[in-house]
Amino acid sequence: MDNHILESKSVNVYYDDMHALKNISMKVEANSVTALIGPSGCGKSTFLRVFNRMNDYIEAFRMDGEVLMEGKNIYHKKMQVDELRKSIGMVFQKPNPFPKSIFENVAYGLKIQGIKDKEFIQNRVEKSLQQAALWDEVKSDLNKSALALSGGQQQRLCIARALAVEPRVLLMDEPTSALDPISTAKVEELINELKQNYTIVIVTHNMQQASRLSDYTAFFYMGDLIEFGKTEEIFRNPKVERTQNYITGRFG
Amino acid sequence: MTQLEQELKDLRIELLNMFIAVNKQLLKTEKAFFDFDKDIAYEVYNAEKRINALELKIDRDCENILALYSPVAVDLRFVLSVYKINHELERIADIAEGICKYINGLSKPFPSKAVEDVRIAEMFIQCKSMMEDVIVAFENEDTSTARKVFKKDEFLNEINEGGSANIIKNYNEQDAKSLFFLLSCVRKLERAGDLNKNIAEELIFSIESKVVKHQKKK
Ligand SMILES: Nc1ncnc2c1ncn2[C@@H]1O[C@H](COP(=O)(O)OP(=O)(O)O)[C@@H](O)[C@H]1O
Ligand SMILES: [Mg+2]
Repeated sequence: MDNHILESKSVNVYYDDMHALKNISMKVEANSVTALIGPSGCGKSTFLRVFNRMNDYIEAFRMDGEVLMEGKNIYHKKMQVDELRKSIGMVFQKPNPFPKSIFENVAYGLKIQGIKDKEFIQNRVEKSLQQAALWDEVKSDLNKSALALSGGQQQRLCIARALAVEPRVLLMDEPTSALDPISTAKVEELINELKQNYTIVIVTHNMQQASRLSDYTAFFYMGDLIEFGKTEEIFRNPKVERTQNYITGRFG
Repeated sequence: MTQLEQELKDLRIELLNMFIAVNKQLLKTEKAFFDFDKDIAYEVYNAEKRINALELKIDRDCENILALYSPVAVDLRFVLSVYKINHELERIADIAEGICKYINGLSKPFPSKAVEDVRIAEMFIQCKSMMEDVIVAFENEDTSTARKVFKKDEFLNEINEGGSANIIKNYNEQDAKSLFFLLSCVRKLERAGDLNKNIAEELIFSIESKVVKHQKKK
């Protein structure tokens, strides 16, 4: 069954002369978690950002190849990048709430879209906070500053903020690397629940997180996609020695 | 070398010690059997405690490695195969001990005609040879040597099948107990063959996925 929501076709990325991604073709299955793993600098973040055109802002960035979302080329000149970002949300390594209230943080994307209906916004904020498993902890004071939350709560707030605009895909770049183990467990649990309704692509340096959380794993090395497949296959019996060396910790 | 690699290396050495200890039990059992040497049989008996302790140690080390290092891929397969082989080896040691118990339970040697008819000498030879094969296969990660045990196991099965008929042929009242014990020894050696076969399969599983991997490397 073909249920791929995202696809990269022979994608090459350059930062000036540096060839950062080499001919990457990969499909992302809908409603699943796909983990991108590999040593630092191998191109994981670059690849993740290709899917919501976050690299566009970087001056040195050049790309060829195609990136499709549900069959449509997202780099087509008629593509509306704002629309794209509505369907593809992003969560970063460091929780980055705005210095505003919890409510304002989650409502932000909706207001940007020009939505004014107070009740609609109210409902969506609550729903997003619930989806992000944060509602019970903050419902008593939504006007509290987001910066007063713990790191783990802030990260879940950022997830709620991303969810508020009802994206189809969530891109996460090492979303738990700045969190303590308990907050990490909460975010992981959340990701596991979100995959019922969302497609998640996550960059992680934590091999156990990749194996616990993802359905598919892609291993990158120096800009090459070395191996891509079902997570259990990659971690039980990888086909390529380089993958094996990496996941077993035999090279850094 | 990573800490996990060191642990795996130590585990490999421990299992090799287990292989060697169990093999020694088998060799002594053979000697005790044919020389009707109860002293050696007692030695086998006493060494059993040490083997059980070794088994527990390897068990615990496997558990610790799994819990502390979460090995994956080739490392996971290695730990799992050590875990299984360890138990198979312990059962082979039990078999040696069981045969020695029979020897110690008799007041005179097994009737020689019956011993000849049941071909137990050949069974010992095959068993020892299988044991050697799996040890070499384990030490050198050599699947072709591991594969040698399958034929030998079939050979043991064949001899075992003739066991009861040969015991009946030799039956007489005053040797009844000896003959019964002898048949039990035959059965046990056949079982030791099965266990060696399991070990060989385990080795092939853990070594070959590695070889496949090497072949695919460009
Ligand atoms: N904005 C940029 N300008 C120039 N080079 C960059 C930029 N971002 C990333 N790179 C380079 O591209 C390569 C891949 O980086 P990145 O995608 O961040 O890797 P990863 O996320 O796997 O650590 C690295 O060599 C990095 O130095
Ligand atoms: Mg990165």
